[in-house]
Formats: sequence, structure tokens, C-alpha cells
Amino acid sequence: MLDIKGLKVKLEEEDKAILKGVDLHVDAGSVHAIMGPNGSGKSTLSYVLSGRDGYEVTGGSATLDGADLLDLEPEERAAAGLFLAFQYPVEIPGVGNMTFLRTALNAQRKARGEEEVSAAEFLKLIRAKAKTLHIDADMLKRPVNVGFSGGEKKRNEILQMAVLEPKMCILDETDSGLDVDAMKLVAEGVNALRDEGRGFLVITHYQRLLDHIAPDVVHIMADGRIVKTGGPDLALEVEKNGYADILAEVA
Amino acid sequence: MALPARREAAQAFADGLSLPKGGWAGPARTAALARLVESGLPFRRDEYWRYTDPAPLLAEAPHVADDTAASAFEALERVRLVFRGGVFDAEASDDPKAAGVELLSRAGGSDIHWARETYGTLEARGQTPVARPLAALNTALAPEGVLIRATKPNATPVELIYHVEPGASEVFLHHVVRLDPGASLTLLETGTAAGRGNTVLEVDIAEGATFHHLRTQGGDPARQVVSHVFARLGREARFRSFTLTAGGALSRNESVIELAGEDGSAHVAGVAMGGKGVSQDDTVFITHDAERCESRQVFKKVLRKGMTGVFQGKILVKQGAQKTDGYQISQALLLDDDASFLAKPELEIYADDVQCSHGSTSGAIDETALYYLRSRGVPKAEAEHLLVQAFLAEALAEIADPALAEAVLGRLTDGLAELR
Ligand SMILES: Nc1ncnc2c1ncn2[C@@H]1O[C@H](COP(=O)(O)OP(=O)(O)OP(=O)(O)O)[C@@H](O)[C@H]1O
Ligand SMILES: [Mg+2]
Repeated sequence: MLDIKGLKVKLEEEDKAILKGVDLHVDAGSVHAIMGPNGSGKSTLSYVLSGRDGYEVTGGSATLDGADLLDLEPEERAAAGLFLAFQYPVEIPGVGNMTFLRTALNAQRKARGEEEVSAAEFLKLIRAKAKTLHIDADMLKRPVNVGFSGGEKKRNEILQMAVLEPKMCILDETDSGLDVDAMKLVAEGVNALRDEGRGFLVITHYQRLLDHIAPDVVHIMADGRIVKTGGPDLALEVEKNGYADILAEVA
Repeated sequence: MALPARREAAQAFADGLSLPKGGWAGPARTAALARLVESGLPFRRDEYWRYTDPAPLLAEAPHVADDTAASAFEALERVRLVFRGGVFDAEASDDPKAAGVELLSRAGGSDIHWARETYGTLEARGQTPVARPLAALNTALAPEGVLIRATKPNATPVELIYHVEPGASEVFLHHVVRLDPGASLTLLETGTAAGRGNTVLEVDIAEGATFHHLRTQGGDPARQVVSHVFARLGREARFRSFTLTAGGALSRNESVIELAGEDGSAHVAGVAMGGKGVSQDDTVFITHDAERCESRQVFKKVLRKGMTGVFQGKILVKQGAQKTDGYQISQALLLDDDASFLAKPELEIYADDVQCSHGSTSGAIDETALYYLRSRGVPKAEAEHLLVQAFLAEALAEIADPALAEAVLGRLTDGLAELR
């Protein structure tokens, strides 16, 4: 499914290498977690995969089901099935949450040659999904993320994921800023989407989310590289001892 | 040019004009011409013309093609009055009499008329503290226009539809509207009157009356517009004016509004958009001369390649106009680096218990928001469109009537699509 090979990325504006050769392979049906110290390049990886400006790929490749992601526009990557739940969801004053989501869903469907969803169908769909995430109708009507609390913004990301049903979901610290109950809701949202055809890459600092979303594989990222890969136990080890031992071991 | 020389030039210019003769409007025309000579023709060094060069407006008027776009208000019930090259086209129009509308060209011959009190009067009041010579010129010269006296609430809207006529490159239209106490009227204006259309609208709004004004200005790339709206509001009167400008070479839209009775409310709003070679200027002057009045100015401009957008807006609160609530915002969205926005917001306040706020911003599209939308699958052009609409929302919200708002939104969407 998602195949990243030797990915090297620098900032466009300055000569600063951020990703220094990332190798990562996520199979359909599996959940991978990435942990790693602040500034190690986790968000950068997610931005580069989703097509944000400001980065220059200097080497390597990234494909989704064989399609060269790095060659596509951001909207084409979305239509190809890639989704990023942002570490810092963006506020868009003046654009209604519902309008935004329906436009996005229909744009993706159109790009894939599928039929667009009618207003009535969409309403039904979003109401059902919002309910399971405890997002009230008022939040749906408000402009995208404007005036949302930190936790509400994160739940809104998961709502978008639930509506768009992407093949490959990247979650960048969706757990940070969530209270215990909201964390459970988010985890349930993720688990509800888990199936044979879908892959997850969950970026997190804490074991707590992983308690709810049992990952198949855990990676440690440091200084722009995946430095260690293991099973769920690796996350527990980080939780207990921090990164010092692991970094010393690979150095 | 020094003022005496300008006056001489204006005199020479005035001597070359011939005014429509006789009738009740005669004295008003002569007086207007004298005002024009007194103030001189506008030129670049005038403070009031610093951002928009008036020279093209004084040169020979351009010839333009007719506006082929259908009226934005097609879906609404209204009385349609068509003007071709500034001449009333009875064939193409509804019956003006049935709607209580008279034509200046026909009513102008008699000696007495209700419009006599208003014609040129509000324009003359609007000449201080800033001269508006092109409005005086209009009062002196305009051979045609509508005279509407609204006596009841909920009169059928009147639409003035302008078309170009090859023979007439410059057209003057002067409209007078008077609303009796408690009356209400909606006036719509559509299209391009000529290569250069100079229109004046004088609106006298009596106690408790409501006037709505909406217009979409034609988009021929060469056309020029000079428009002046002069409004005077009585007690508890309401005034709403909205202008959509999409394209055209030069548009100078001046609004001069006087809140003369307590508890009046005046809103002027507009959306302008365009690209290369487009210059668009909203110049607004609102005077609060009574207690507890409210005024709003909301102007948004979407500027593409090389377009210049101008906003000059002033709120003058006179002594004694306590509890004034004044608001003014002008914002530009610069879609290209070479577009420019020039704004001059002004407050002049002589009362102590007032609330006035004003703001002006200009900036590019929010790249982060654009990326966020695209990352959800919304194509770039569509994402930009959503953000542009969001930017314009506050101005559109000024159109209180949903059907009218819908009509304007339709036209606006077309205009934005052409901008891409
Ligand atoms: N646009 C940018 N300009 C300057 N530095 C940048 C930019 N983008 C990323 N960086 C730098 O790249 C490094 C990696 O940042 P990134 O946000 O990917 O880290 P992260 O692993 O997500 O960290 P965290 O756990 O704190 O979220 C950091 O040192 C960061 O300062
Ligand atoms: Mg991060």
C-alpha cells in the first residue's frame, strides 16, 4: 500500500535537510505507529506525503498502491486515497464545515469517476458519523475549525476521515490535547474504519492512544530517519525509558 | 494647475456645453453648471482624486460593445425600464406609468413638479466639504433619468437596464427618488449605459421609509463609470445600497449620505473584482447629523493581475449626533502580486458619545487554508473559489433580501469564474 523508500527532504527556502532517508512500508489492513523525539521529522513526513508546499524532495520515492504520490497535486493524492489528520488543524473563517466536507467528498468522488452525493444523502451521512463522534449539529454549521477547542478540532479531523473513507490514513498527534473520553472516541473512530483494505500510520508521543488502537508495527524516528522498528512492545519501552537508550543503541 | 486657471478651463469647458432647455429643472441645471465652474474640473493633484486619475474621464469617451449578459435580477418580479444609449426604449420596457415612474425627458418640460425640490438639491448639498464636479456636470447636462415618488410600502421593485448604443459613447442619466413617510422601494440597476456612463441618483427618504438600491455594473473591458448616489435620510429611515463591479476600465462610485433624522440607518456595501487594466474606486462620505443613527460601510475587492482597487471612506459625526454607531471596513484580496489596493479610511467626530470603528486590510489568499482544502481533495481552483467567497461573505450579508442576495451571488460567481 504505502511504500516509502530512501525519502530525503530539505526545506525549499534554506539548505536544511529534514528527512535524511526514510524507509517505511505500510501494508493494507495494518496499523503502524511512529514515535520519536520532538523535531525528528514526523510531521514533515506527513506534510511531504500530502503535498504541502515549502519542501523539496532531494531523493527517494513515495508511492500509494503504485501511484507516485510525489508527482501528484495535493487534491490528487486525496482522491487517490491519502488522508492526513493534521497535528494543527487549520481554521477557515467563512467556509462552513458542512459545505467544506461535502465539496471535498464530491470532488474526490468526481475525480474517481464516481457519482456525486446529493445534499440530502450527505446530510444523512454526516449526521450519522457526527453522532458517533459526539459532534453536535452546531459544530457542523460553524466555519471550519473556527472557535473549536483543541479537542473539537481533532475530533473534526476524525469526522472528515470517517466521511471521506480514505485508503491510507495518517494521523499526526491526533491524541494530543484530547481528554480521556475524547481519546476513546477518536480511537473508536479509527477502529471502526479498520479493515483489510485500509492502512494507518499513527504518529504519537504516548502509549495511551496505542492502548486503544493496537498497532501492528511501531517505528522510532530520530533526526530524519526511522532508526528502529518493532512490535507493540517498542512503544511500551519508550513510555517507560524515553528515547535515550534506543538512540544510544543505534548510534 | 492653479485654481483660477482651472476655473478658466472649467468656464471654457462649460461654455462649450448646451444644457437641455427650460422647464422646472432649468434653474437647477444653470446653478449646477455654475458649481462646476466654481470648483473646476477634477485633476490628479486634487486630494480627492489622488488614487484614481480623473484624466481618462475627461478625455474622449471610449466606444464599447453592448453588455450581452442577462440581467442578474431575471428571476425577480419587477418593473423593467430599458435605456439604450441613455434613451428610453419604450418597446423593450414595461409601462413606466403603471409603476408610478416618470421620465425626466417627458416631465422636464412642465413648470411645476415634485422633483423640483430634489433635483440638484441633494447633489448641491453633497458638494461640501468636498467638491464633486462630475456630479454637478451631470445635473446640468442629463437629458434623461427616472423620477420616482414612492408613496406606499412594498412597491414593486424597479429595474433600470442599460444598453449601449453605438452612436452614444457618453451618456448622462439623472434619477430622482423620493420616498414618502413609511414607503419602501427597491431600485435595481444593470448593465453598461455607454463607453462612459455618468449617473447621479438623488434619494430623499422621509421618516420611516426604506430604500434598497442594488446594481451590477457592466463588464466591458473598456467602459467607464462615474456614479454618484446622494441620499438624505429622515427619522427612522433606512437606506441600503450594494454595488457589484466586475471588470470595466474605470469605475468611480461615490456615495454621499446624510443621516438627518434620529434613529436612521444607512448601509453602503460593495464587491469589486477584476484583472489587468481595471481600476475601481469606491468613495463614500457619510454624515451623521442626528442622534442614534447607525451607518455601515462594507467593501470587499478581489484583485487579479494589475488591477487597482481604491476605497476612500469617511464618517463625519457632527456635533450633537450623540449615540452614533458607525462602522467601516474595506478589504482587498490580492490574488496576484502586481494588484494594488489603496485605502483611505477617515473619521471626523465632533460628538463625545459615539461608537465608531474602521478597518482596512489587504492580503493574499491564505496558503495554509488553501493547502488544507486541497489536502481534502478540493481542486485548487475550487478551493480558491471557496476562500474568495468566504472573503466576500460580510459584504454579501449586507444584502438583506435573500432573493436579491441570490441574484447577486449568481452574477458574482460568473465574474469570479472569468477571473481565473
Ligand atoms: N518550514 C520550516 N521552517 C523551518 N524549519 C522547519 C520547517 N518545517 C520543519 N522544520 C524543522 O524540521 C524539523 C522537523 O520538524 P517536524 O515538525 O517534522 O518535527 P516532529 O517530529 O513532527 O516534531 P513534534 O513531535 O514536535 O511534532 C524541526 O527541527 C523543525 O524545526
Ligand atoms: Mg509534529
